[in-house]
Amino acid sequence: MQIEKIGVVGAGNIGSSLAHSLMLYNKKIILVDVSKEVLEKSKKNIKQSLRFAHMYLKRKEKFDANLIDNITFTTDMNALSDCDFVVENVTENWKIKEEVYRQLDQICRRDVCFGVNTSCISITKVGAITTRPDRVIGMHFMNPVYLKPCVEVIKGYHTSESTIEEIEAFLERVGKYAVIVNDFPGFVSNRISHLFMNEAVLTIQDGVAKPEEVDSIFKNCFNHKMGPLETADLIGLDTVYNSLIVLYESYHDSKYRPAPLLAKMVDAGLLGVKTGKGFYTYND
Amino acid sequence: MEEIMEKLLAYVTKSTNSKEIYSTDNIFEKGLVHSLFAMQLILYIEKEFDIELEDEELDFEKIKSVKDIAELVYSKM
Repeated sequence: MQIEKIGVVGAGNIGSSLAHSLMLYNKKIILVDVSKEVLEKSKKNIKQSLRFAHMYLKRKEKFDANLIDNITFTTDMNALSDCDFVVENVTENWKIKEEVYRQLDQICRRDVCFGVNTSCISITKVGAITTRPDRVIGMHFMNPVYLKPCVEVIKGYHTSESTIEEIEAFLERVGKYAVIVNDFPGFVSNRISHLFMNEAVLTIQDGVAKPEEVDSIFKNCFNHKMGPLETADLIGLDTVYNSLIVLYESYHDSKYRPAPLLAKMVDAGLLGVKTGKGFYTYND
Repeated sequence: MEEIMEKLLAYVTKSTNSKEIYSTDNIFEKGLVHSLFAMQLILYIEKEFDIELEDEELDFEKIKSVKDIAELVYSKM
């Protein structure tokens, strides 16, 4: 099936970044969010980063500023009714996702595939609340999406081979490639990376080192591009916290219990880049 | 020019939580910042010095050090 019109549900960090990435490939996008404010912020951010996209992608030609017209920003879920494919990016909270999928299942055509952009929620569980578990697949995009060609694609218990093939072909058309893994809490990326981030927060909590020192060790000793605390700030500390809770509840293993300092920072609204302050301070 | 340099050094030092940065340091190569900082830096320059960078100036090469940025800003004022 040709995928030309894509629904993106959730206009937070990752949803906006995904819409931005697909827009560069001239796809028509319907970006839906429950909040008008979030949509406005998303539009502003996409416009802004479109101006810099050529710089990061090492292109000589600047992208056409009118590309943003390919995105329809709306609070109306029914606008997704004629989409060929939908990627959902709402908060990592089962109750919220469950409600969204019940609606999507009613609104979208039966042949439409649902990409679950999650870092830790079970794809099999999402599939089970729809009438199309064979067409539900995990797609864990990394932030910022337009700079990250690799996508962790997760095969749910009932995800069909044809769905996987279709998604692989689609990703190729938008400059990306899939690494396909099986459905298990946290998959590969989060199961490992969240241990790093959480333990990094614990080293701050215990006074072992300062954030820049922890990150410096990862960058300068391990050659990581970013340290775990910078990464947590970029993802959003609330998202990291929510993902740890999902991992903790899934495995019932204490190694995933969120650091108390992380919980405290979330309560204080220190969520990282998106609020201007997390482990580091960011300017507008 | 000196005033521009001082402002930029203070901004980059604060933003990168660094102890000391020299004006000729390549801030991206030194691992002081991740590449996404470039966007933040350009927006700061434009707002602070009331200038607008042209498309061809949106280039990592042109903003790799505080000295380079100061020269670019100065040339546009």
